[in-house]
Amino acid sequence: MIEVKNLLKNFGDLTVLKGVSETIKPGEKVAIVGPSGSGKSTFLRCLNLLETPTGGEIWFDGEEITSPRCDVDKVRRKMGMVFQHFNLFPNLTIQRNITLAPVKLGLQTQQQANETADTLLRRIGLADKADTYPAMLSGGQKQRIAIVRALAMNPQVMLFDEPTSALDPEMVGEVLDLIREVADAGMTMVIVTHEMHFAREVATRVLFMDEGVIREQNTPEALFGSPQDERLQSFLSKVL
Amino acid sequence: MQTILDNLYGALIRENRWQLYLQGLAITLQITLVACLIGIVLGMLVAVVKIYAVGSRNPVLKALNVICNFYTTVIRGTPMVLQLLIIYFGLTFLPSGVVACYIGFGINSGAYASEIFRGGINSVDAGQMEAGRSLGLSRNSTMRYIVMPQAVKNILPSLFNELISLLKETSIAGYIAVNDLTKLSNGIKGRTLNIYPLFVAGALYLLLTVLLTQVQRWIERRFARSDRG
Ligand SMILES: Nc1ncnc2c1ncn2[C@@H]1O[C@H](COP(=O)(O)OP(=O)(O)OP(=O)(O)O)[C@@H](O)[C@H]1O
Ligand SMILES: [Mg+2]
Repeated sequence: MIEVKNLLKNFGDLTVLKGVSETIKPGEKVAIVGPSGSGKSTFLRCLNLLETPTGGEIWFDGEEITSPRCDVDKVRRKMGMVFQHFNLFPNLTIQRNITLAPVKLGLQTQQQANETADTLLRRIGLADKADTYPAMLSGGQKQRIAIVRALAMNPQVMLFDEPTSALDPEMVGEVLDLIREVADAGMTMVIVTHEMHFAREVATRVLFMDEGVIREQNTPEALFGSPQDERLQSFLSKVL
Repeated sequence: MQTILDNLYGALIRENRWQLYLQGLAITLQITLVACLIGIVLGMLVAVVKIYAVGSRNPVLKALNVICNFYTTVIRGTPMVLQLLIIYFGLTFLPSGVVACYIGFGINSGAYASEIFRGGINSVDAGQMEAGRSLGLSRNSTMRYIVMPQAVKNILPSLFNELISLLKETSIAGYIAVNDLTKLSNGIKGRTLNIYPLFVAGALYLLLTVLLTQVQRWIERRFARSDRG
């Protein structure tokens, strides 16, 4: 579904991604772990072209999205993204946060979108918040709304960049529960996380990134159980 | 006390002089409002060019950006009186000094307004643009529905400050023989032979700026409320 070929990314003189190749198949839940600054976020943000790759190719759904002819906005409709800091729109109500994109892109009428939003909000038990503003919500509620906002676009893939690391500890559970639910529903997911237990439990495959390359990848059991790479071993000994 | 009243009588009532202040006030307000509108339009255009030029490879945009940077640097780096004189005596085809004022003050406040717009837009968290784009919205739509509504909160109060200083700054219009409030009150001074007419003009300016400041406060309070809601 997503095929990454020799992806390079520089920020000025700094080379952050040094040739990453990776294929993500439909239904996979890929977790990316690794030390801070290793390029995990940059890799994820290249997948939906929030960062423009310096070199290499990314294919999505049979189309080369790194080609200059590609309609990036169209591609992004099919890739939901969830950010560390939620990035809800503070000037819009929760309902409008969820319905803005589907309505403005002409995919749904406002009424249809409202119904979708209501269904999704019911699912996460926040239907009563539809008319409030993000400032009124807790961190955990905000992140669950952000997930639902992405889901309202009916994406084929969901990208998560450390969705729980800005949350108070007591709110991490509710967000992870929702992500797990989305995973169980069959969504293809790529998730950058520091929650090793969660990665082990939900991921079908784990990538270990370090200094701009994927140094090891495997099933969670194998990667966490018998890591081969030296750096992975030392990383795991610190975080587990 | 009696002398003060006498002097005020001389400054305001005698020979219907109050009408002159109103004439001057009308010119001052006209210049302020027209220049403010020109400034807002110009400032918005310049801000958009500058913001869109960041990271763009489009040569037209880059050229426009250079022009815009030149414009804001020159305008903000030279005295307003000088700019006004250059426009009045340089553009000799202009029908009147008042029109020269519209253009001169408009171009001047455009440079300041553009910085206000740019600052206001840039102060919106970059994550807002990213979130909009990640949902498939175009840059323009995200600007329009998400970034701009948030930027307005920062922009409007500063724009009011600009309007208030513009109002005061128009008092230099007399340099190019425009009969604004300051110029006319100074003329009345020549008749009354005391400075009371200048006090009258000062009171009128003060009245207007205090009023505008009240409007500004009211707007800020409204935004503060919608933030909490
Ligand atoms: N926009 C940018 N401009 C310049 N440098 C950047 C930019 N974004 C990231 N970097 C640099 O790229 C490197 C990789 O950053 P990235 O955010 O991808 O790391 P990460 O693995 O996600 O780390 P963390 O776990 O801390 O989130 C870092 O050294 C970072 O400083
Ligand atoms: Mg990161």
